[in-house]
Amino acid sequence: MVPELGQFALALALAIALTQAVLTLAGAARGNAAWMRVARPAALGQFIFVAIAFGCLMYSFINKDFSVAFVAANSNSALPLQYRVAGVWGGHEGSLLLWTLILGAWMVAVSVFSRRLPDDMVARVLGVMALVNVGFLSFMLFTSNPFDRLFPVPADGRDLNPLLQDPAMVLHPPVLYTGYVGFSVAFAFAIAALLSGRLDATWARWSRPWTTVAWMFLTLGIALGSVWSYYELGWGGWWFWDPVENASFMPWLVGTALIHSLAVTEKRGTFRSWTVLLAIFAFALSLLGTFLVRSGVLTSVHAFATDPKRGIFILAFLTVVIGGSLALFAWRAQRIGLGGSFDPVSRESMLLTNNVLLVAAAGSVLLGTLYPLLLDALDLGKISVGPPYFETIFVPLMAPALFLMGIGPLSRWKKASLPNLALRLRWAFAVSLATALLLSFALGRSSLWVSLGLLLAVWIVAASAVNFWERISNFSGASVAARLAGASRAYYGMLLAHIGVAVFVVGVTLEKGFEIQKDVRMAPGTTEQIGAYTFRFEDVEQVTGPNYVAAHATITALRNGKVIAVLHPEKRFYASQESPMTEAAIDPGFTRDLYVSLGDPVDSKTWIVRLQHKPFVLWIWGGCVLMALGGFFAAGDRRYRVETLRKSIATHAALGATAAGARLARAAVREKSR
Amino acid sequence: MKSRHKRFLAIALGVAALSTAAALVLSALNKNLVFFFTPSQVAANEAPHSRDFRIGGLVVPGSLKREVDGFTVQFIVTDTAYSIPVSYRGTLPDLFREGKGVVAQGHLGPNGVFQASEVLAKHDENYMPPEAADAVKKAHAVAQKTAQTLVIDSQTQVKR
Repeated sequence: MVPELGQFALALALAIALTQAVLTLAGAARGNAAWMRVARPAALGQFIFVAIAFGCLMYSFINKDFSVAFVAANSNSALPLQYRVAGVWGGHEGSLLLWTLILGAWMVAVSVFSRRLPDDMVARVLGVMALVNVGFLSFMLFTSNPFDRLFPVPADGRDLNPLLQDPAMVLHPPVLYTGYVGFSVAFAFAIAALLSGRLDATWARWSRPWTTVAWMFLTLGIALGSVWSYYELGWGGWWFWDPVENASFMPWLVGTALIHSLAVTEKRGTFRSWTVLLAIFAFALSLLGTFLVRSGVLTSVHAFATDPKRGIFILAFLTVVIGGSLALFAWRAQRIGLGGSFDPVSRESMLLTNNVLLVAAAGSVLLGTLYPLLLDALDLGKISVGPPYFETIFVPLMAPALFLMGIGPLSRWKKASLPNLALRLRWAFAVSLATALLLSFALGRSSLWVSLGLLLAVWIVAASAVNFWERISNFSGASVAARLAGASRAYYGMLLAHIGVAVFVVGVTLEKGFEIQKDVRMAPGTTEQIGAYTFRFEDVEQVTGPNYVAAHATITALRNGKVIAVLHPEKRFYASQESPMTEAAIDPGFTRDLYVSLGDPVDSKTWIVRLQHKPFVLWIWGGCVLMALGGFFAAGDRRYRVETLRKSIATHAALGATAAGARLARAAVREKSR
Repeated sequence: MKSRHKRFLAIALGVAALSTAAALVLSALNKNLVFFFTPSQVAANEAPHSRDFRIGGLVVPGSLKREVDGFTVQFIVTDTAYSIPVSYRGTLPDLFREGKGVVAQGHLGPNGVFQASEVLAKHDENYMPPEAADAVKKAHAVAQKTAQTLVIDSQTQVKR
């Protein structure tokens, strides 16, 4: 009964989405206020009905209703409660349901926080999002119904993939999806701007916080996935350039470019077409990512059974969304105009270079990810593109981008002077060069890459410090506190995110440069030396978990004869899926992780053990958290909040003309930045 | 500089940067492509000798042997028509199992043993990497064709 209720709720949500899309978009085009007013209640309606469906599926999972095919495939009577809850998004159908639930939540958020936006803008934005929802809901109902019944009813479920039975499973997919789906807001704003022909600084100010929040969630989601694969896959890698990882990384790269391009559009009114194009691409790549990962095109932990009907639907949906929005762009782009001009040396030009580099990086990831699939689809042979390709591409593309991160925030809009910049940054450069050289020397056996990585990381921090110092000393105020408060939250957010990148670069550089890994054969009493650490294999015993049995080893890590950690790596065997799982043991630290995992047994007490010393690996994710935190600050800037918005819209409306409004907004910004 | 010259310079720089990037990407791609060969193709000497490639198929049941050092393992990969012995030093992935599909990356040694640098056992719920499934399917197709030809041959002989 409950599954049928869920199915019915989904069908109702589809009906509402369809009605809303048609009414609000038509209403906005014809200026019919009554039709446009449908947008907000309909958005809420979609969210409520999808939430009911989601609740029904969760109910079936919690109550072990194996007559539902999706539950039977992803759950088991021995599965602990938290994984039965997370099992809802452990498969293709359920993760689509999660996607639409999050889309509904974003729609409700837009309708709540857009009270001051013009009615036609709200109607168009929500209308576009409803259209996306129509696509997803019909994909679910017609090809991937999570509520399909199974007959005869199996006695027990096939169980959730053991790799997914992890606390991170509860967090990673929802956070990542919140990021993916969040780009639909930026996309909807872009399409709304194309439809209305109004694309100016005010528009950029409306869509900026949404984009930043989506980007923040995407950053956290990717970092969570990386942490998860680090400890769960058992081999200590944190990024594999696996197609499913690339699928989430591509929208991130384009999204990062979009955030910066939106900044230019808001402050200077330039880059408009480019911003719209990036918003379209960021969302298109999010869609591609969702489908690539979940459709079974790629075989991995994330992928599930393939069904040709799904493939065709996905292809058609992608074609409509991407093709349609690009066609709209081609038709309307000349209306947008190009905005103000700028010099070859200016903040605009540096942000443009940053954008080009980020998009080039995204393009080469796309090439490396799709090329093997394309050759395979055309039956031209099977190939694979491995990590060396991506690493070869990334260093030369990202190194100049990181260098520019130091200069860009210090240079003036419109026209900057290179000699002036060199003068202001000479100490920052000297400090970073000296630090990089000293550190490389002190660490010993450094490669050129390590030195370059350290140089760029210190450079970003030093240049940010110069920027901060100049900002503080330029503010006239009695106390330091007053001066600190004078700078906007967005400014602090930018500094924080840039320092996050520097921390990330330090982590990657030192982890890649100095990790030690050793596969050894160990029996009770054996010791092994890794760098400054000694590992002693104490014992291994059989233990029984809720739905597995495991070999549970005890390994002591010592430094200078003192015990610093007792580690318990496990080799688990999950009976219901007949599959083994390596459960690594990690002693995390600020400057290093000790990572121990069990390989294969040689005999009952002797095991092949992998011992690893991974320096600064925590900094990799710490950097991501700082970036996300920066996004959080930036999105909470005062100027996005209601009062300021109302004022700017009031002047906007009073002037009546878009161009005049944009000019005024630009003038106001110039005034403020002085 | 006049603005026309400036624009020209900007375009020229843009084109130069783009073509450098494209050249970089394509050469990196070309250098790092890893091709896939089935055991039948390797047996027919179609696989390269100078660069790494991937093979895939089923692990022959009972073929997994561990050398005395405990690190090096030997197993045989088959597409049901031809088999290749594989040698690998390292820890096998969790999902590696005899009788199931596997993909290995490495090079062909002079003795005909495939020296694997990486063993992958990523798979879907049917325990079959797509490459391995493909290899087995191809071998089956060839076997069927041969069987048919034999039947036709014997029939024509009977007629004579």
